[in-house]
Amino acid sequence: MTLADGVWQQIFSFDNYGELLTLVRNSLIAGAALGLVGGLAGVFVIMRDLPFAVHGISELSFAGASAALLLDVNVVAGSIAGSLLAAGAIGVLGVRARERNSAIGILMPFGLGLGVLFLALYKGRAANKFGLLTGQIVAVDTPQTTWLLGTAAVVLVALAVMWRPLSFASADPDVAEARGVPVRSLSFAFMLVLGLAVALSVQAVGALLVLSLVVTPAAAAARVTASPVLLPLLSVVFAVVAIEGGILLALGSSIPISPYVTTVSFAIYGVCRLAGARRTRRWGAARVNTLPA
Amino acid sequence: MSRPVTAAVPRARQESAEPVVSLRGAALSYGPREVWRDLELDVRPGEFLAVLGPNGAGKTSFVRALLGRQPLSAGSLTVLGRTPREAARHIGYVPQQAELSAQAMLRARDLVRFGIDGHRFGPRTGGRAVRRRVDEILASVGASAYADVPLGMLSGGERQRVRIGQALATDPRILLCDEPLLSLDLNHQRAVTELVDARRRSHATAVVFVTHEINPVLGLVDRVLYLAPGGHRVGPPQEVLTSASLSELYGTQVDVIHVRDRIVVVGANDDSGGPPHHPNEPAPAAHETDGVRP
Repeated sequence: MTLADGVWQQIFSFDNYGELLTLVRNSLIAGAALGLVGGLAGVFVIMRDLPFAVHGISELSFAGASAALLLDVNVVAGSIAGSLLAAGAIGVLGVRARERNSAIGILMPFGLGLGVLFLALYKGRAANKFGLLTGQIVAVDTPQTTWLLGTAAVVLVALAVMWRPLSFASADPDVAEARGVPVRSLSFAFMLVLGLAVALSVQAVGALLVLSLVVTPAAAAARVTASPVLLPLLSVVFAVVAIEGGILLALGSSIPISPYVTTVSFAIYGVCRLAGARRTRRWGAARVNTLPA
Repeated sequence: MSRPVTAAVPRARQESAEPVVSLRGAALSYGPREVWRDLELDVRPGEFLAVLGPNGAGKTSFVRALLGRQPLSAGSLTVLGRTPREAARHIGYVPQQAELSAQAMLRARDLVRFGIDGHRFGPRTGGRAVRRRVDEILASVGASAYADVPLGMLSGGERQRVRIGQALATDPRILLCDEPLLSLDLNHQRAVTELVDARRRSHATAVVFVTHEINPVLGLVDRVLYLAPGGHRVGPPQEVLTSASLSELYGTQVDVIHVRDRIVVVGANDDSGGPPHHPNEPAPAAHETDGVRP
């Protein structure tokens, strides 16, 4: 067997697939919820230009999770606490995009530093540590799944209630404010919702790769449609396909699921980008301005 | 010579109608810096009011005050007899064209729909009726052809049509346009002003039109509110836009020249103090950075 074959075996292995599948039932359920939440939150992340905020929140979420690991309390709860603190701070400190990015740039290394500190003090299994950065959804147990699903439900309800005014405020803040939409409160409320969504995604793909669930699917959907109904729908489908696909592909191997999730997610984006280029041509090259990534 | 002023609604009716916007002794300041004061103004239904003036003289503050986003520092401002915030839905607002990163992915019809029910919380309601209304509005501003095209792919003029459609979605009594002709070519400038004018004639909607360039709307304007660093003037264009009146406002010699049916305003020494709203010439730097200086 050549070296390449060996590596291939490590990456893709489908021995005893049926038995393994029953083991990850919880993960698949949690994954579906995460895809739903990430896909929907992502729509506003790209509308409001918040990818950097997502990254910043995820680092503090990581710090919260590692603190929970050290203190031996619920890791999901710790991750959520870190997320909400970060999201709240970003919401308060940075109303304008320019200030916001500086605030995030200041918070992020601090959070990451704290996380490293807590992990260095933690004496438990090394796999737990690595999981926080690169994903561990295959390991979620029943109480964690309950936490994940409960939080996901909160996010979904909040998004459903504020969807319309939040879209208005995100896309057209001047007119929205003139029409009496509480633009600032919505902005803060969305940061908190985003904090929850990010905390959930950290559980699946880890702090470093959250963007692949919260930004990539929505950005991919935005390449192929501008419909306010189809865009969130496609974004959710892409996110769910990425995470469930990632879990199923990773099942037999000894590698964390995150590279599978990120690769599927990226591949979807690539396809959408190509399809989007065709759409642009259809509307006439003469009137093309730039679209967001 | 300037074109005769054409009022949309006969003068008599205009004057008897209740004002839709009413300012009494209004002043606005940011800290110690007073932008304008002692503003007395009634805008009647169907009236076309142009708001002119150099940068920094308070045009944007005037817009913000009308929208209830900037409280007055003295005096009163009522819109339809209520506070501006209470009357928000009766003001159709066409904002200055900003960079449209976030709007680029919206379709024209979505922007118009925001104007109808974008402010409501909870799930969408009235699907088919609302969609039909959106189609009607798009048709009325001549934007049906690109209803489903993302705004990022439309030209500035096409986008401005959609913007006006959005502003008209609530059937407003007042149409408040902030520099709607900015960076449009002459044809599109004409198309946009015609749309605004048609609405004012058909529905007696009052138009408050903030602009740095009077000429594209000169034939439509009933009155001008000229905001300058040294004070303001309200009146018909032929009274306000004169050498004497502008010289007094600026405290320096300003010449108003009529060229065919256009007005050109020339400052005494062009490179330092002239009023910067004259066409085709960039505003003097002093006014761009520090508009309170005379």
